[in-house]
Amino acid sequence: MADLADTSFSGRALRRRTFLRVAGATAASSALVLAGCNDKKEDNPTPTPEVTTGTLTFKGDDTGIFNLTYLLAQIQADFYQKLVTTPPADFTAADKEAFVDMRDHAVIYREFYKSVLSTNAYDSNLTKALEFNFTPYTLTTRKGVYEAASKLEDLGVGAYNGLGRRLRNLSYLRLLLKIASVKARHAAFVRDQAEPNSFAGPDVVAITGSQASLDTVKTPVEVATLLSPLVPAVLVADNLMLL
Amino acid sequence: MNILRIIEQLSEVDADVLGRFDSRRAVFKSLGNTAQKGALAAAPVFVASLFSKAYGQTTGTGVIEVLNYALTLELLEQDFYKKMKDAGKVPAGAPAGAIDTIYKHETAHVKLLTDTITALKGTPVTGKKFKASAFPADYTTQLVVAQALEDTGVRAYKGQAGALMGQVAGTTSLLQVALQIHSVEARHAAHIRTMRMQTPWIPAADSNLPAPLGPVYTGETSPREDNTVQSKVDITKLGSGYSANDAAASFDEVLTMAEVLDTKRAGGLVE
Repeated sequence: MADLADTSFSGRALRRRTFLRVAGATAASSALVLAGCNDKKEDNPTPTPEVTTGTLTFKGDDTGIFNLTYLLAQIQADFYQKLVTTPPADFTAADKEAFVDMRDHAVIYREFYKSVLSTNAYDSNLTKALEFNFTPYTLTTRKGVYEAASKLEDLGVGAYNGLGRRLRNLSYLRLLLKIASVKARHAAFVRDQAEPNSFAGPDVVAITGSQASLDTVKTPVEVATLLSPLVPAVLVADNLMLL
Repeated sequence: MNILRIIEQLSEVDADVLGRFDSRRAVFKSLGNTAQKGALAAAPVFVASLFSKAYGQTTGTGVIEVLNYALTLELLEQDFYKKMKDAGKVPAGAPAGAIDTIYKHETAHVKLLTDTITALKGTPVTGKKFKASAFPADYTTQLVVAQALEDTGVRAYKGQAGALMGQVAGTTSLLQVALQIHSVEARHAAHIRTMRMQTPWIPAADSNLPAPLGPVYTGETSPREDNTVQSKVDITKLGSGYSANDAAASFDEVLTMAEVLDTKRAGGLVE
């Protein structure tokens, strides 16, 4: 168990002005290209946060898929870190302990994907990790926090279920699945905390129809759309749809 | 629809794309014929069939074997939860509700796999039961077995992903369906574990538990659940601030078919 106050995974220092340059799938040698830029000087009276004008285009191959799961891990790691640092007033000791565990898992995923992707990581040339926006969620109450965690973890499960068949490399598929089931464990747990016995509720595991007893599947474009309110960049996952 | 662009994009991820079609010449000849006949409305159908032929693989006996293996485990779980409900030891309220939900899912998994095997012209296994002599009389031990079955199921599905890669039933990816079952099993496992006051995820210490749980978290050819090395990366050395237990718990491991069917694991519970 990590120390509650540990923040050793905070991102690298921010360059004042950064923008993301996108290259199309045919031109990019890595998942996408990001370039730091200092062209705007103090003559700009109301500097726009350039990162919000950036676009992340996921390349249509295994590295593009892992960049999407990497982004998801970054978001979840930041989410859990935020709640570990500033838990809602009605969080119990058990809640805090569980959030430290899930924070640690998400941090491990983030560092693992970064390590596997190496120079193919979308942010390998970026001087500062993206800062995610959690304002769509209510994070001041235990109920709000668990509902937010449920949304994020269910999204992760659906995303992984949709990405597996798009991978070409069996080793990568195995790695994805080793993480996928732990994410499903997270999802079941946080759902149960938000609402008892909802670990596999009908909103994620249908009772009837062709999807009866099956977990959700989200396409890469659906994942990008659902993540977009949290990410200060436009996410383009179209290339992954061809896989 | 720009088929040339699609093929070009496919070639970036699949160097063998053109080899998958009858031949490059045949593709373009077919395309030409279609266009000449003015059958533009039929083009999407034509393209779909082209890709279906190129990427759809014939279903080998290996796939039926894998699906029957999954069906065997689902039948085992279904019968176990039926016995659990019938034994009447599950407390009313939330526990009974959870067991009922899980039972319904396993029943639907059995139907889904049976129907899929039949559709693929295979013969689905039937009559697999949870061994009556191994069924525990008390609720506490019943939950122990439920945890063993669910955590085994998670590892078992993971172990077959490679065999299902690229396999389809009609237009449905068998791998995707298997993953949709896999994550449901993981949700079950997490919930059963919390019913037993365990963490929803698997701590390293579980690999050293006595039977029947311990063997579920070990492996002869597969890594144990206390493994902390993934893809040759030592997770404990990737960063700091987390424990070796976190490194083990954050990844679930596979089990091979032979390991799962070993008598010290699920194989010993089938009648």
